[in-house]
Amino acid sequence: MNTADYLALFSALAPEVIVVLTALLVLAADLLGLQDTPRSYRMSIASGLTTVGCAGAVGWMFLNPTVGNWHGGMFVIDPLNEVVKAVILLLTVFTAMLSTEAKFTRHCGEYFALLLLATVGMMVLASTEDLLMVFASLELVSLSLYILVAFDKSSRASAEAALKYFLFGGMSAAFLLFGFSLLYGLTGTTHVPRMAYKIFTLGPDPLATVALVMVVIGFGFKIAAVPFHLWAPDAYQGAPLPCAAFIASGSKVASFFVFAKVVLLGFSQLGWGNDNAAASGWIPLLSVVAAISMVLGNLAAIRQTSVRRLLAYSAIAHAGYMLIGFFALGGEAFASLLFYVTTYALTTIGAFGVLGVVEAQVGGDQLKDFAGLSRRAPVLAACLMVFLLSLAGIPPLAGFFGKFYLFAAALTNESQSLPFLWLVILGVAMSCVSLYYYLQVLKQAFVVEADANARPLAVPFLAHAVVVLLAAAVILLGCMPGWLLDTLHQAIGELGW
Amino acid sequence: MLAWTIYLSFAGALACLLTPRANPRATRAVALGTALAGLACGLMGAVQFKPENGLEVITNVRWIPALGIDFSLAADGISVTLVLLTGIAALAGVLFSWNVEHRTNEFFAFFFALIGGVYGVFLSLDLFLLFVFYEIAIVPKYFLIAIWGSTRRDYAAMKLALYSFIGSGMVLIGMLAAYAVSGLASFDLLTLAQHSFAPEFQRWAFPLVFVGFAILAGMWPFHTWAPTGHSAAPTAASMLLAGVVMKLGAYGCLRVAMTLFPEGLKMWQHELAALAVTGIVYGALVALVQKDFKFVIGYSSVSHMGFVLLGLVTLNEIGWSGAVLQMFSHGIIAGLLFGVVGRMVYDRAHTRELDKLEGMGLLKAMPFAAVTFVVAGFASMGMPGFSGFIAELQVLIGAWQAFPKLAILAGVGIVVGVVYTLKTTAKVFFPDKPDTADAHDDHGHELEPISVQERLGAALLILCTLVIGLHPRLLLDLIVPSFQSPLFDGLRKAAGL
Repeated sequence: MNTADYLALFSALAPEVIVVLTALLVLAADLLGLQDTPRSYRMSIASGLTTVGCAGAVGWMFLNPTVGNWHGGMFVIDPLNEVVKAVILLLTVFTAMLSTEAKFTRHCGEYFALLLLATVGMMVLASTEDLLMVFASLELVSLSLYILVAFDKSSRASAEAALKYFLFGGMSAAFLLFGFSLLYGLTGTTHVPRMAYKIFTLGPDPLATVALVMVVIGFGFKIAAVPFHLWAPDAYQGAPLPCAAFIASGSKVASFFVFAKVVLLGFSQLGWGNDNAAASGWIPLLSVVAAISMVLGNLAAIRQTSVRRLLAYSAIAHAGYMLIGFFALGGEAFASLLFYVTTYALTTIGAFGVLGVVEAQVGGDQLKDFAGLSRRAPVLAACLMVFLLSLAGIPPLAGFFGKFYLFAAALTNESQSLPFLWLVILGVAMSCVSLYYYLQVLKQAFVVEADANARPLAVPFLAHAVVVLLAAAVILLGCMPGWLLDTLHQAIGELGW
Repeated sequence: MLAWTIYLSFAGALACLLTPRANPRATRAVALGTALAGLACGLMGAVQFKPENGLEVITNVRWIPALGIDFSLAADGISVTLVLLTGIAALAGVLFSWNVEHRTNEFFAFFFALIGGVYGVFLSLDLFLLFVFYEIAIVPKYFLIAIWGSTRRDYAAMKLALYSFIGSGMVLIGMLAAYAVSGLASFDLLTLAQHSFAPEFQRWAFPLVFVGFAILAGMWPFHTWAPTGHSAAPTAASMLLAGVVMKLGAYGCLRVAMTLFPEGLKMWQHELAALAVTGIVYGALVALVQKDFKFVIGYSSVSHMGFVLLGLVTLNEIGWSGAVLQMFSHGIIAGLLFGVVGRMVYDRAHTRELDKLEGMGLLKAMPFAAVTFVVAGFASMGMPGFSGFIAELQVLIGAWQAFPKLAILAGVGIVVGVVYTLKTTAKVFFPDKPDTADAHDDHGHELEPISVQERLGAALLILCTLVIGLHPRLLLDLIVPSFQSPLFDGLRKAAGL
């Protein structure tokens, strides 16, 4: 290897480099220059720098569209992962904006630097086809997120949430690594597409199945699918609000993308030794995980009185829906999954934005704290309605088309025998359940009257702007899904999946 | 022209929302203008419409090409009839909710969002678009009942929302399966209707979609949302629910389930007819013993909608045209009945218990209400000269050809209908006890006189039922040729016509 190679790699990594440099800059600016200034000022500077850095990285990707593969799949740039990275950066910007008004920490520089480091991890995660890199970047994401969850040092819940998240995360990382090591042992490669070919030539092998199970456990934790979901409600509840929003959005997008890549590309040829080689071996496993995630997540959400926990269980349920996307054919699987996870992430971050304002102004995240929101903050309440109805899957919002497309894609795979019809039926039935608990929140906001002495909420400008912007995006993506869908289809078409 | 009904209603909803909360008069003016404009568009569309052309395409724009979804609107005589019904019901609804003082702007915003969705369903030619409009109508219903409703409104609103959502979930599964199995990559109703699905597929897909829609049409035994929903809803909402929303369900049965899966209809014809007749008789018998004035009307709606469903499954043209005419007729009559019960009586007397109303001397206090109710009662009983007579007669003739025994039972239902209508009229307006002193409400206050808006609304509805009753060809000339359009090819073939 010569130095020229590294230079090329460096320029290919430019968006990631920009984000890392921004992280360092934020840290330096805050620690060296701004220690004596008021916190709100420091927060604004740090969040502004974060926004500019992320925008710069997106801008670079737009202006220098590159396609390439470095070091045998260690680092890959293709049209699809550029889209995914742009989405992740966008979500980071929204998270940073929501953090600007936050009062939980005095360590502004560290907070934003960690946020950016997690973003870098996700970006690399999205652009690698190598198991080692997947693991390394996943660890970067996880470690940053563990610290972010614990960032509210004055709150016991935050510490508890972080510890729980860390312990579960560490365990799942061990499973993932074990699975990867088995795969390497079996196939002699860590490159996903080559691995797929080796698994195919290997024929049915129990060890490959064991490796698959390990991988599913590892990723199942990241995407909070049942039965690896136990950390999610506590982490969502205890973490500082913007961190919870980031875990629910950015981390979901990146994890789902790489999970889909490993399973759909890597294990596509894992057969069960019968004649029907086309039926990949992971289908029974993942369909069970999807089914129990949808059922358990939705049923548990009914009982919640804390809106954060409600969103956590709904996130578990949505992970189940997204897994249905895996059963679509080839590129359709990626398109439907990415459309769903992107719109889901935008919706969730918006819902957390509203929740943040309510928490800060009313003082809690219980259902009753939302009482009379339509009177106290009409615009916010209207946006909340958009987000929750989108999560429930009501047209013309993005969440509806996401679900519709996901189900349609899964059914059109082997459309004569409809093997996944039962999952779709379960998904639709569980959507009906979910409407019930989303309406419980909306009932508080719109139907129940606030106390006589309740005043209008003072909504910070930035939070207002973010929430309205996201609500507009959810409506637009619902009415004009073609905008995102065509981008995804085009990118997938170029990859030939 | 017809398409403008949809756009104007949604624009009107937005305009109502933007009127100041403190100025209900402005909101009412906007609402009245929107309703009038919608009705005017509908009337002009109906005048320009040429029934002999069958299905007239209004708009056809590519919407989501990736899934073969178009924004395509089209009208045949059935759509035109129901669009007119919606326009009349909307206008009457606005007139009858002139006294809404609480959150007036939101009330009319939800009202017109519902109306817009209803217009949309009646005019959609694309299955996806139809479904989108169908679901758009669900959420406003929930809020209209939950915020402005009366007795057990929480329960009734949630029950209605969940029943509707479960029904639409069944429809969604059926339509996705049809999309996948047909392999046509299109949601165009015409294209799908001309595809002949395998009988084995139709055997389960037809009842799924038909019952999914029929839940909203109040088909026994899935009717229980209707009486509770109707009685909890504010007057305008019950008028719309019984007058228009139940027709959405019946229209979906005809337009989607029956055209797509005609063979399925043949397989399930007798079972569905039995359910429809059970609904007719059961609804009438239960209405006989109700103690709450609105529940009487609520169950009578279930009974009358049974005629619509019975007409649809007869598989002959006279039954179908009778069913469509009954949709129109019942929409008008139910609107009138709910207007009298909810607005004229309940808003003044503050009770709906028949025993209490008996002693109030309502005949003396509001002769207009009494006359209106007597007229509406006659229309509802199916007296010749009113629209209900000709519609139910056609349905019975159609049913006699297909299933004579059930037709006799349905006739028994009509007789019971006469009994409960006369009994209720006599009890409320012509009690045996001599009138006590002056009429007063449940709290001892004087009853206010009937307002001009109420008189206008009642006169409008009475006029409609009389005109159609005396000159049914006005609508039948629109409805009957519609069954010759290519959309109904498969259905005609299955019926042997």
